[in-house]
Amino acid sequence: MTGELLRLDRVGVRLGGREILRDVSFTIRPGEFTGLIGPNGAGKTTLLRVILGLQDVTQGSVLIDGAPRAPRDASIGYVPQKLGIEPDMPLRVRDVVSLGIDGHKFGIRLPSRARRERVDEMLTAVGAEGYADARVGELSGGEQQRVMIAHALIGRPRLLLLDEPLANLDISSEQGIVSVLARLAPAEGIAVLLSAHDMNPLMPVMDRIIYVAAGRAAVGTTDEVVRPEVLSRLYGQHVDVIRVHGRVLVVAAPEGAVDPALRDEDASVVG
Amino acid sequence: MIVLRYVFEPGFFASGPVHIALAVGAVVAVTSAVVGLFTVMRGQSFAGHSLADIATTGGSGAFLVGVNQFWGYLAFGAGAAAFMEMIGVQRRRGRDVATGVVLGAALGLAALFLYLGTQYSSTTGASFAILFGSIFVITSSTVPVLIASALLALATVVALGRVLLLSSLSPDIAAARGVPVRAVGAAFLMALATSVALSAMIIGAVLSTALLIGPAATALRVTKGPVRAAAVAAGIGVAATWLGILLAYDSFYWPPAGRGWPVSFFVVTLIVGGYLVSYLRRRDRGKVAPTEPDREHACSVA
Repeated sequence: MTGELLRLDRVGVRLGGREILRDVSFTIRPGEFTGLIGPNGAGKTTLLRVILGLQDVTQGSVLIDGAPRAPRDASIGYVPQKLGIEPDMPLRVRDVVSLGIDGHKFGIRLPSRARRERVDEMLTAVGAEGYADARVGELSGGEQQRVMIAHALIGRPRLLLLDEPLANLDISSEQGIVSVLARLAPAEGIAVLLSAHDMNPLMPVMDRIIYVAAGRAAVGTTDEVVRPEVLSRLYGQHVDVIRVHGRVLVVAAPEGAVDPALRDEDASVVG
Repeated sequence: MIVLRYVFEPGFFASGPVHIALAVGAVVAVTSAVVGLFTVMRGQSFAGHSLADIATTGGSGAFLVGVNQFWGYLAFGAGAAAFMEMIGVQRRRGRDVATGVVLGAALGLAALFLYLGTQYSSTTGASFAILFGSIFVITSSTVPVLIASALLALATVVALGRVLLLSSLSPDIAAARGVPVRAVGAAFLMALATSVALSAMIIGAVLSTALLIGPAATALRVTKGPVRAAAVAAGIGVAATWLGILLAYDSFYWPPAGRGWPVSFFVVTLIVGGYLVSYLRRRDRGKVAPTEPDREHACSVA
Protein backbone atom coordinates (compact mmCIF):
# COMPACT_ATOMS: atom_id res chain seq x y z
CA MET A 1 0.00 0.00 0.00
CA THR A 2 1.52 3.32 -0.96
CA GLY A 3 1.37 6.54 1.00
CA GLU A 4 0.81 4.81 4.31
CA LEU A 5 1.74 7.12 7.18
CA LEU A 6 1.16 4.94 10.23
CA ARG A 7 0.69 1.21 10.58
CA LEU A 8 -0.11 -0.69 13.76
CA ASP A 9 0.25 -4.40 13.34
CA ARG A 10 -1.36 -6.71 15.94
CA VAL A 11 -0.36 -4.43 18.81
CA GLY A 12 -0.85 -5.75 22.32
CA VAL A 13 -0.07 -4.01 25.61
CA ARG A 14 -0.01 -5.55 29.07
CA LEU A 15 0.40 -3.33 32.12
CA GLY A 16 0.99 -4.95 35.50
CA GLY A 17 -0.43 -8.28 34.32
CA ARG A 18 -3.57 -6.63 32.95
CA GLU A 19 -4.25 -6.74 29.25
CA ILE A 20 -4.92 -3.17 28.07
CA LEU A 21 -4.84 -3.71 24.31
CA ARG A 22 -5.01 -6.87 22.22
CA ASP A 23 -4.46 -7.45 18.53
CA VAL A 24 -4.97 -3.86 17.45
CA SER A 25 -4.18 -3.33 13.76
CA PHE A 26 -4.89 -0.33 11.56
CA THR A 27 -3.29 2.07 9.13
CA ILE A 28 -3.59 5.82 8.70
CA ARG A 29 -2.96 7.55 5.39
CA PRO A 30 -1.84 11.16 4.93
CA GLY A 31 -4.63 13.70 5.33
CA GLU A 32 -7.12 11.23 6.78
CA PHE A 33 -9.37 12.18 9.71
CA THR A 34 -9.75 9.20 12.02
CA GLY A 35 -11.86 9.07 15.16
CA LEU A 36 -10.59 6.88 17.98
CA ILE A 37 -13.85 6.13 19.73
CA GLY A 38 -14.66 4.10 22.79
CA PRO A 39 -15.85 4.27 26.39
CA ASN A 40 -13.62 5.57 29.19
CA GLY A 41 -10.99 3.05 30.17
CA ALA A 42 -11.17 1.19 26.85
CA GLY A 43 -7.49 1.79 26.10
CA LYS A 44 -7.68 4.91 23.89
CA THR A 45 -5.04 6.86 25.79
CA THR A 46 -2.75 3.82 25.92
CA LEU A 47 -3.10 3.44 22.16
CA LEU A 48 -2.11 7.09 21.61
CA ARG A 49 0.84 6.67 23.98
CA VAL A 50 1.97 3.63 22.00
CA ILE A 51 1.96 5.66 18.79
CA LEU A 52 3.90 8.46 20.52
CA GLY A 53 6.51 6.01 21.75
CA LEU A 54 5.63 6.74 25.40
CA GLN A 55 4.36 3.21 25.97
CA ASP A 56 6.17 0.05 24.89
CA VAL A 57 4.16 -2.65 23.21
CA THR A 58 4.23 -6.21 24.50
CA GLN A 59 3.32 -7.52 21.09
CA GLY A 60 3.16 -6.38 17.50
CA SER A 61 4.75 -3.37 15.85
CA VAL A 62 4.23 0.32 15.18
CA LEU A 63 5.59 1.63 11.91
CA ILE A 64 5.81 5.21 10.70
CA ASP A 65 6.51 5.46 6.98
CA GLY A 66 7.24 1.74 7.12
CA ALA A 67 9.96 2.09 9.77
CA PRO A 68 10.00 2.00 13.59
CA ARG A 69 9.51 5.40 15.17
CA ALA A 70 12.67 7.47 15.62
CA PRO A 71 13.13 8.97 19.11
CA ARG A 72 13.03 12.60 17.96
CA ASP A 73 10.40 12.12 15.29
CA ALA A 74 8.80 15.49 14.59
CA SER A 75 6.21 13.99 12.23
CA ILE A 76 3.73 13.41 15.06
CA GLY A 77 2.11 16.28 16.92
CA TYR A 78 0.34 15.63 20.21
CA VAL A 79 -2.38 17.40 22.14
CA PRO A 80 -2.65 15.80 25.60
CA GLN A 81 -5.93 15.65 27.47
CA LYS A 82 -4.75 17.69 30.42
CA LEU A 83 -2.12 20.34 30.91
CA GLY A 84 -0.14 20.24 34.11
CA ILE A 85 -0.36 23.95 34.48
CA GLU A 86 -1.50 26.28 37.25
CA PRO A 87 -3.19 29.63 36.58
CA ASP A 88 -0.15 31.60 37.82
CA MET A 89 2.43 29.90 35.62
CA PRO A 90 4.31 32.52 33.59
CA LEU A 91 3.52 31.03 30.21
CA ARG A 92 1.53 33.19 27.84
CA VAL A 93 -0.38 31.68 24.95
CA ARG A 94 2.29 32.91 22.53
CA ASP A 95 5.04 31.32 24.68
CA VAL A 96 3.28 27.98 24.53
CA VAL A 97 2.85 28.10 20.76
CA SER A 98 6.46 29.19 20.37
CA LEU A 99 7.55 26.15 22.40
CA GLY A 100 5.91 24.07 19.67
CA ILE A 101 8.70 25.16 17.32
CA ASP A 102 11.72 24.42 19.48
CA GLY A 103 10.67 23.61 23.06
CA HIS A 104 12.66 20.39 22.90
CA LYS A 105 15.95 22.18 22.18
CA PHE A 106 18.68 23.15 24.61
CA GLY A 107 20.36 26.53 24.80
CA ILE A 108 19.01 30.03 24.53
CA ARG A 109 17.16 31.58 21.63
CA LEU A 110 17.01 35.21 20.67
CA PRO A 111 13.67 36.80 19.88
CA SER A 112 13.01 37.10 16.16
CA ARG A 113 10.40 38.88 14.10
CA ALA A 114 9.94 35.89 11.80
CA ARG A 115 9.16 33.61 14.74
CA ARG A 116 6.74 36.11 16.21
CA GLU A 117 4.91 36.41 12.91
CA ARG A 118 4.73 32.65 12.52
CA VAL A 119 3.27 32.34 16.03
CA ASP A 120 0.73 35.10 15.31
CA GLU A 121 -0.27 33.41 12.06
CA MET A 122 -0.81 30.09 13.82
CA LEU A 123 -2.84 31.73 16.60
CA THR A 124 -5.06 33.39 14.01
CA ALA A 125 -5.47 30.08 12.18
CA VAL A 126 -6.89 28.39 15.29
CA GLY A 127 -8.88 31.46 16.34
CA ALA A 128 -6.82 32.15 19.48
CA GLU A 129 -5.44 35.54 18.47
CA GLY A 130 -7.74 37.30 20.95
CA TYR A 131 -5.90 35.92 23.98
CA ALA A 132 -2.34 35.67 22.65
CA ASP A 133 -0.93 37.52 25.64
CA ALA A 134 -3.02 35.84 28.34
CA ARG A 135 -1.54 33.23 30.62
CA VAL A 136 -2.43 29.82 29.31
CA GLY A 137 -3.37 28.55 32.80
CA GLU A 138 -6.11 31.16 33.06
CA LEU A 139 -7.93 30.09 29.91
CA SER A 140 -11.02 27.90 29.68
CA GLY A 141 -10.73 24.28 28.56
CA GLY A 142 -11.80 25.06 24.98
CA GLU A 143 -9.36 27.96 24.70
CA GLN A 144 -6.52 25.78 26.01
CA GLN A 145 -7.35 23.15 23.42
CA ARG A 146 -7.07 25.71 20.61
CA VAL A 147 -3.72 26.86 21.98
CA MET A 148 -2.42 23.31 22.23
CA ILE A 149 -3.58 22.58 18.67
CA ALA A 150 -1.60 25.62 17.55
CA HIS A 151 1.35 24.38 19.63
CA ALA A 152 1.19 21.00 17.89
CA LEU A 153 0.56 22.30 14.35
CA ILE A 154 3.32 24.92 14.35
CA GLY A 155 5.87 22.07 14.42
CA ARG A 156 4.44 21.02 11.01
CA PRO A 157 3.59 17.42 11.89
CA ARG A 158 2.13 14.97 9.36
CA LEU A 159 0.01 13.23 11.96
CA LEU A 160 -1.79 15.03 14.77
CA LEU A 161 -2.89 13.01 17.80
CA LEU A 162 -5.48 14.50 20.15
CA ASP A 163 -6.46 12.83 23.41
CA GLU A 164 -10.11 13.58 24.26
CA PRO A 165 -9.95 17.21 23.12
CA LEU A 166 -13.73 17.52 23.34
CA ALA A 167 -14.09 16.19 26.88
CA ASN A 168 -15.54 18.71 29.33
CA LEU A 169 -16.30 21.27 26.62
CA ASP A 170 -19.60 23.00 26.10
CA ILE A 171 -21.28 22.38 22.74
CA SER A 172 -20.11 25.55 20.99
CA SER A 173 -16.46 25.08 22.02
CA GLU A 174 -16.76 21.46 20.91
CA GLN A 175 -17.96 22.49 17.47
CA GLY A 176 -15.29 25.19 17.34
CA ILE A 177 -12.49 22.68 17.92
CA VAL A 178 -13.87 20.20 15.38
CA SER A 179 -14.21 22.88 12.72
CA VAL A 180 -10.70 24.22 13.35
CA LEU A 181 -9.33 20.71 12.83
CA ALA A 182 -11.52 20.02 9.80
CA ARG A 183 -10.36 23.28 8.23
CA LEU A 184 -6.62 23.17 9.00
CA ALA A 185 -5.70 19.52 8.70
CA PRO A 186 -6.80 18.83 5.10
CA ALA A 187 -5.34 22.16 3.94
CA GLU A 188 -1.92 21.11 5.24
CA GLY A 189 -2.30 17.43 4.36
CA ILE A 190 -2.12 16.50 8.04
CA ALA A 191 -3.69 13.26 9.20
CA VAL A 192 -5.70 13.54 12.41
CA LEU A 193 -6.29 10.83 14.99
CA LEU A 194 -8.65 12.11 17.66
CA SER A 195 -9.91 10.16 20.64
CA ALA A 196 -13.39 10.74 22.05
CA HIS A 197 -15.99 8.83 24.02
CA ASP A 198 -18.77 10.37 21.93
CA MET A 199 -18.53 9.96 18.18
CA ASN A 200 -21.41 12.30 17.32
CA PRO A 201 -19.57 15.64 17.13
CA LEU A 202 -17.09 13.96 14.74
CA MET A 203 -19.62 12.34 12.38
CA PRO A 204 -19.43 15.08 9.73
CA VAL A 205 -15.62 15.08 9.56
CA MET A 206 -14.50 11.49 10.20
CA ASP A 207 -13.12 9.57 7.23
CA ARG A 208 -12.63 6.46 9.33
CA ILE A 209 -13.33 5.21 12.79
CA ILE A 210 -11.33 3.04 15.18
CA TYR A 211 -13.76 1.79 17.78
CA VAL A 212 -12.04 0.51 20.92
CA ALA A 213 -13.76 -1.50 23.63
CA ALA A 214 -12.39 -3.97 26.12
CA GLY A 215 -8.88 -3.53 24.70
CA ARG A 216 -9.80 -4.56 21.15
CA ALA A 217 -10.45 -2.42 18.11
CA ALA A 218 -12.72 -2.48 15.06
CA VAL A 219 -11.61 -0.35 12.14
CA GLY A 220 -13.32 0.98 9.04
CA THR A 221 -15.79 3.61 7.92
CA THR A 222 -18.53 4.48 10.42
CA ASP A 223 -21.06 2.53 8.35
CA GLU A 224 -18.86 -0.55 8.53
CA VAL A 225 -18.02 -0.32 12.22
CA VAL A 226 -20.96 1.25 14.02
CA ARG A 227 -23.23 -1.77 13.69
CA PRO A 228 -24.71 -3.88 16.49
CA GLU A 229 -23.05 -7.14 15.40
CA VAL A 230 -19.56 -5.56 15.11
CA LEU A 231 -19.75 -3.66 18.40
CA SER A 232 -21.38 -6.56 20.28
CA ARG A 233 -18.44 -8.77 19.30
CA LEU A 234 -16.06 -6.03 20.50
CA TYR A 235 -17.77 -5.49 23.85
CA GLY A 236 -18.33 -9.20 24.36
CA GLN A 237 -21.96 -8.51 25.21
CA HIS A 238 -25.03 -7.44 23.28
CA VAL A 239 -25.19 -3.75 22.41
CA ASP A 240 -27.68 -1.87 20.27
CA VAL A 241 -26.92 0.95 17.87
CA ILE A 242 -29.69 3.50 17.85
CA ARG A 243 -29.91 6.34 15.35
CA VAL A 244 -31.96 9.36 16.35
CA HIS A 245 -32.05 12.61 14.33
CA GLY A 246 -28.71 11.77 12.75
CA ARG A 247 -27.13 11.03 16.10
CA VAL A 248 -25.79 7.61 17.00
CA LEU A 249 -26.18 6.04 20.41
CA VAL A 250 -24.46 2.84 21.43
CA VAL A 251 -26.52 1.26 24.18
CA ALA A 252 -25.83 -1.85 26.26
CA ALA A 253 -28.61 -4.39 26.66
CA PRO A 254 -30.86 -3.59 29.64
CA GLU A 255 -30.00 -5.33 32.88
CA GLY A 256 -33.04 -7.60 32.73
CA ALA A 257 -31.70 -9.15 29.54
CA VAL A 258 -28.67 -10.56 31.34
CA ASP A 259 -28.98 -14.12 32.52
CA PRO A 260 -29.66 -13.92 36.30
CA ALA A 261 -27.62 -17.07 36.96
CA LEU A 262 -24.61 -15.43 35.30
CA ARG A 263 -25.08 -12.32 37.40
CA ASP A 264 -25.11 -14.32 40.63
CA GLU A 265 -21.98 -16.12 39.61
CA ASP A 266 -20.28 -12.82 38.81
CA ALA A 267 -21.35 -11.42 42.15
CA SER A 268 -19.98 -14.39 44.04
CA VAL A 269 -16.64 -14.05 42.25
CA VAL A 270 -16.42 -10.40 43.20
CA GLY A 271 -17.50 -11.12 46.77
CA MET B 1 23.36 64.63 51.34
CA ILE B 2 22.86 64.48 55.10
CA VAL B 3 20.18 61.87 54.58
CA LEU B 4 22.47 59.82 52.34
CA ARG B 5 25.14 59.96 55.06
CA TYR B 6 22.65 58.31 57.37
CA VAL B 7 21.56 55.73 54.81
CA PHE B 8 25.07 54.77 53.80
CA GLU B 9 26.96 54.81 57.08
CA PRO B 10 30.56 56.01 56.79
CA GLY B 11 32.85 53.26 55.61
CA PHE B 12 30.14 51.20 53.82
CA PHE B 13 31.66 51.57 50.38
CA ALA B 14 35.24 51.31 51.66
CA SER B 15 34.77 48.05 53.56
CA GLY B 16 36.31 44.93 52.02
CA PRO B 17 33.77 42.51 53.52
CA VAL B 18 30.98 44.72 52.18
CA HIS B 19 32.43 44.57 48.67
CA ILE B 20 32.58 40.81 48.84
CA ALA B 21 29.09 40.59 50.33
CA LEU B 22 27.61 42.82 47.62
CA ALA B 23 29.31 40.93 44.78
CA VAL B 24 28.63 37.40 46.01
CA GLY B 25 25.18 38.41 47.22
CA ALA B 26 24.19 39.71 43.79
CA VAL B 27 25.41 36.66 41.88
CA VAL B 28 23.79 34.25 44.33
CA ALA B 29 20.54 36.24 44.38
CA VAL B 30 20.26 36.12 40.57
CA THR B 31 20.98 32.39 40.45
CA SER B 32 18.58 31.59 43.28
CA ALA B 33 15.82 33.68 41.76
CA VAL B 34 16.05 32.07 38.32
CA VAL B 35 16.44 28.54 39.69
CA GLY B 36 13.64 29.34 42.13
CA LEU B 37 11.29 30.38 39.31
CA PHE B 38 11.65 26.98 37.66
CA THR B 39 11.40 25.31 41.06
CA VAL B 40 7.99 26.89 41.59
CA MET B 41 6.90 26.15 38.02
CA ARG B 42 7.86 22.51 38.40
CA GLY B 43 6.11 22.28 41.77
CA GLN B 44 9.39 21.38 43.46
CA SER B 45 9.41 23.91 46.29
CA PHE B 46 9.24 20.93 48.59
CA ALA B 47 12.45 19.52 47.13
CA GLY B 48 14.10 22.92 47.70
CA HIS B 49 12.98 22.89 51.30
CA SER B 50 14.27 19.34 51.82
CA LEU B 51 17.61 20.21 50.29
CA ALA B 52 17.88 23.17 52.66
CA ASP B 53 17.27 20.94 55.70
CA ILE B 54 19.82 18.43 54.51
CA ALA B 55 22.31 21.18 53.65
CA THR B 56 22.07 22.24 57.31
CA THR B 57 23.42 18.83 58.26
CA GLY B 58 26.19 19.11 55.66
CA GLY B 59 27.19 22.59 56.77
CA SER B 60 27.31 21.67 60.44
CA GLY B 61 29.23 18.49 59.65
CA ALA B 62 31.75 20.49 57.63
CA PHE B 63 32.13 22.90 60.54
CA LEU B 64 32.76 19.97 62.89
CA VAL B 65 35.58 18.56 60.73
CA GLY B 66 37.00 22.00 59.98
CA VAL B 67 36.07 22.36 56.30
CA ASN B 68 34.43 25.45 54.79
CA GLN B 69 30.70 24.97 55.27
CA PHE B 70 29.97 25.62 51.58
CA TRP B 71 31.43 22.21 50.71
CA GLY B 72 29.24 20.62 53.35
CA TYR B 73 26.12 22.31 51.98
CA LEU B 74 27.03 21.34 48.44
CA ALA B 75 28.06 17.73 49.11
CA PHE B 76 25.00 16.89 51.22
CA GLY B 77 22.67 18.82 48.94
CA ALA B 78 23.94 17.08 45.81
CA GLY B 79 23.83 13.69 47.52
CA ALA B 80 20.28 14.32 48.67
CA ALA B 81 19.29 15.51 45.19
CA ALA B 82 20.59 12.27 43.69
CA PHE B 83 18.71 10.28 46.33
CA MET B 84 15.47 12.18 45.71
CA GLU B 85 15.78 11.58 42.00
CA MET B 86 16.17 7.88 42.75
CA ILE B 87 13.18 7.49 45.07
CA GLY B 88 11.05 9.83 42.98
CA VAL B 89 10.29 12.64 45.39
CA GLN B 90 7.60 13.85 43.01
CA ARG B 91 5.26 11.23 44.28
CA ARG B 92 3.14 12.34 47.19
CA ARG B 93 3.84 9.19 49.13
CA GLY B 94 7.58 9.71 48.70
CA ARG B 95 7.19 13.22 50.08
CA ASP B 96 5.43 12.08 53.21
CA VAL B 97 8.11 9.52 53.97
CA ALA B 98 10.87 12.01 53.19
CA THR B 99 9.36 14.67 55.46
CA GLY B 100 8.75 12.42 58.41
CA VAL B 101 11.86 10.32 58.36
CA VAL B 102 14.73 11.65 56.29
CA LEU B 103 14.42 15.35 57.08
CA GLY B 104 13.88 14.71 60.77
CA ALA B 105 17.01 12.58 60.88
CA ALA B 106 18.97 15.22 58.93
CA LEU B 107 18.09 18.03 61.32
CA GLY B 108 18.72 15.78 64.31
CA LEU B 109 22.22 15.11 63.01
CA ALA B 110 22.71 18.83 62.43
CA ALA B 111 21.85 19.46 66.09
CA LEU B 112 24.44 16.89 67.17
CA PHE B 113 27.13 18.27 64.84
CA LEU B 114 26.58 21.82 65.99
CA TYR B 115 26.65 20.77 69.65
CA LEU B 116 29.88 18.81 69.20
CA GLY B 117 31.33 21.61 67.10
CA THR B 118 30.80 24.20 69.83
CA GLN B 119 32.34 21.82 72.40
CA TYR B 120 35.57 21.40 70.46
CA SER B 121 35.88 24.85 68.97
CA SER B 122 36.15 28.32 70.40
CA THR B 123 34.31 29.86 67.42
CA THR B 124 31.07 30.72 69.13
CA GLY B 125 29.28 32.19 66.12
CA ALA B 126 29.63 29.07 63.99
CA SER B 127 26.25 27.52 64.64
CA PHE B 128 24.60 30.87 64.05
CA ALA B 129 26.53 31.25 60.79
CA ILE B 130 25.40 27.85 59.54
CA LEU B 131 21.78 28.25 60.46
CA PHE B 132 21.37 31.92 59.58
CA GLY B 133 24.20 32.87 57.25
CA SER B 134 27.48 34.69 57.38
CA ILE B 135 27.77 36.95 54.38
CA PHE B 136 30.19 39.39 56.06
CA VAL B 137 32.70 36.69 56.94
CA ILE B 138 33.04 35.05 53.53
CA THR B 139 36.78 34.65 53.06
CA SER B 140 38.14 36.12 49.84
CA SER B 141 39.57 32.73 48.88
CA THR B 142 36.07 31.18 48.69
CA VAL B 143 34.69 33.99 46.53
CA PRO B 144 35.80 32.54 43.15
CA VAL B 145 34.36 29.14 44.10
CA LEU B 146 31.02 30.65 45.08
CA ILE B 147 30.76 32.77 41.96
CA ALA B 148 31.80 29.92 39.68
CA SER B 149 29.24 27.56 41.27
CA ALA B 150 26.53 30.17 40.94
CA LEU B 151 27.31 30.82 37.28
CA LEU B 152 27.40 27.08 36.57
CA ALA B 153 23.99 26.52 38.16
CA LEU B 154 22.58 29.56 36.36
CA ALA B 155 24.02 28.47 33.01
CA THR B 156 22.58 24.98 33.47
CA VAL B 157 19.09 26.29 34.11
CA VAL B 158 19.24 28.85 31.30
CA ALA B 159 20.45 26.19 28.86
CA LEU B 160 17.63 23.89 29.96
CA GLY B 161 15.12 26.76 30.01
CA ARG B 162 12.91 25.87 27.07
CA VAL B 163 13.02 22.16 27.83
CA LEU B 164 12.01 22.86 31.44
CA LEU B 165 9.13 25.04 30.27
CA LEU B 166 7.93 22.39 27.84
CA SER B 167 8.17 19.74 30.57
CA SER B 168 6.13 21.91 32.95
CA LEU B 169 3.52 22.37 30.24
CA SER B 170 3.29 18.63 29.61
CA PRO B 171 5.89 15.99 30.44
CA ASP B 172 4.31 13.70 27.83
CA ILE B 173 4.79 16.18 25.00
CA ALA B 174 8.38 16.72 26.09
CA ALA B 175 9.05 12.98 26.21
CA ALA B 176 7.33 12.39 22.85
CA ARG B 177 9.57 15.02 21.28
CA GLY B 178 12.69 13.24 22.45
CA VAL B 179 13.49 15.29 25.56
CA PRO B 180 15.35 13.08 28.06
CA VAL B 181 12.89 14.14 30.77
CA ARG B 182 14.52 12.15 33.56
CA ALA B 183 18.06 13.40 32.87
CA VAL B 184 16.80 16.97 32.57
CA GLY B 185 15.03 16.58 35.92
CA ALA B 186 18.22 15.26 37.53
CA ALA B 187 20.31 18.11 36.09
CA PHE B 188 17.76 20.60 37.39
CA LEU B 189 17.83 19.07 40.89
CA MET B 190 21.64 19.45 40.91
CA ALA B 191 21.32 23.11 39.97
CA LEU B 192 18.73 23.44 42.73
CA ALA B 193 21.05 21.81 45.28
CA THR B 194 23.85 24.19 44.25
CA SER B 195 21.70 27.25 44.58
CA VAL B 196 20.41 26.12 47.98
CA ALA B 197 24.06 25.74 49.11
CA LEU B 198 24.84 29.23 47.82
CA SER B 199 21.80 30.81 49.46
CA ALA B 200 22.81 29.06 52.67
CA MET B 201 26.09 30.97 52.55
CA ILE B 202 24.22 34.26 52.28
CA ILE B 203 21.21 33.91 54.57
CA GLY B 204 21.81 30.56 56.24
CA ALA B 205 20.79 26.98 55.58
CA VAL B 206 17.41 27.08 57.28
CA LEU B 207 16.40 30.30 55.51
CA SER B 208 17.85 29.53 52.09
CA THR B 209 14.49 28.71 50.53
CA ALA B 210 13.36 32.27 51.20
CA LEU B 211 15.86 33.61 48.67
CA LEU B 212 14.98 30.78 46.32
CA ILE B 213 11.18 30.78 46.37
CA GLY B 214 10.27 34.28 47.62
CA PRO B 215 11.41 36.40 44.66
CA ALA B 216 10.01 33.83 42.21
CA ALA B 217 6.64 33.76 43.96
CA THR B 218 6.43 37.55 43.79
CA ALA B 219 7.48 37.60 40.12
CA LEU B 220 4.72 35.11 39.28
CA ARG B 221 2.17 37.54 40.67
CA VAL B 222 3.29 40.52 38.63
CA THR B 223 4.41 39.09 35.27
CA LYS B 224 2.97 36.91 32.52
CA GLY B 225 5.89 35.67 30.39
CA PRO B 226 8.82 33.51 31.45
CA VAL B 227 11.66 35.86 30.51
CA ARG B 228 10.15 38.83 32.29
CA ALA B 229 9.32 36.68 35.31
CA ALA B 230 12.98 35.60 35.54
CA ALA B 231 14.16 39.20 35.21
CA VAL B 232 11.76 40.47 37.87
CA ALA B 233 12.62 37.62 40.25
CA ALA B 234 16.34 38.31 39.80
CA GLY B 235 15.77 42.03 40.39
CA ILE B 236 13.82 41.39 43.58
CA GLY B 237 16.48 38.96 44.82
CA VAL B 238 19.33 41.40 44.22
CA ALA B 239 17.42 44.36 45.66
CA ALA B 240 16.51 42.46 48.82
CA THR B 241 20.05 41.17 49.25
CA TRP B 242 21.75 44.52 48.71
CA LEU B 243 19.28 46.41 50.88
CA GLY B 244 19.63 43.72 53.53
CA ILE B 245 23.40 44.09 53.49
CA LEU B 246 23.12 47.87 53.74
CA LEU B 247 20.64 47.73 56.63
CA ALA B 248 22.72 45.13 58.45
CA TYR B 249 25.77 47.35 58.09
CA ASP B 250 23.84 50.36 59.38
CA SER B 251 22.37 48.35 62.24
CA PHE B 252 25.82 48.25 63.83
CA TYR B 253 24.84 51.55 65.44
CA TRP B 254 21.36 50.40 66.39
CA PRO B 255 20.57 49.03 69.86
CA PRO B 256 22.22 47.02 71.28
CA ALA B 257 24.98 49.13 69.75
CA GLY B 258 28.23 47.56 68.69
CA ARG B 259 26.81 44.45 67.00
CA GLY B 260 25.05 44.45 63.65
CA TRP B 261 21.70 42.75 63.21
CA PRO B 262 21.74 39.60 61.09
CA VAL B 263 21.69 40.16 57.32
CA SER B 264 19.34 37.22 56.89
CA PHE B 265 16.69 38.95 59.01
CA PHE B 266 16.67 41.95 56.67
CA VAL B 267 16.85 39.94 53.44
CA VAL B 268 14.02 37.62 54.42
CA THR B 269 11.87 40.45 55.75
CA LEU B 270 12.32 42.45 52.55
CA ILE B 271 11.44 39.43 50.40
CA VAL B 272 8.32 38.67 52.43
CA GLY B 273 7.41 42.36 52.35
CA GLY B 274 7.72 42.39 48.56
CA TYR B 275 5.47 39.37 48.31
CA LEU B 276 2.86 40.94 50.58
CA VAL B 277 2.81 44.11 48.47
CA SER B 278 2.27 42.06 45.30
CA TYR B 279 -0.38 40.02 47.07
CA LEU B 280 -2.31 43.07 48.24
CA ARG B 281 -2.35 44.48 44.72
CA ARG B 282 -4.68 41.61 43.74
CA ARG B 283 -3.84 42.00 40.13
CA ASP B 284 -5.50 38.80 39.05
CA ARG B 285 -8.69 38.97 41.03
CA GLY B 286 -11.77 38.91 38.86
CA LYS B 287 -9.75 38.12 35.77
CA VAL B 288 -9.61 34.39 36.22
CA ALA B 289 -11.61 32.48 33.63
CA PRO B 290 -14.79 30.80 34.83
CA THR B 291 -14.05 27.42 36.36
CA GLU B 292 -14.71 24.28 34.39
CA PRO B 293 -15.92 21.71 36.92
CA ASP B 294 -19.59 22.70 36.63
CA ARG B 295 -19.64 22.16 32.90
CA GLU B 296 -17.75 18.95 33.45
CA HIS B 297 -20.52 17.59 35.62
CA ALA B 298 -23.17 18.79 33.24
CA CYS B 299 -21.50 16.92 30.39
CA SER B 300 -20.95 13.67 32.22
CA VAL B 301 -24.62 13.63 33.19
CA ALA B 302 -25.78 14.35 29.65
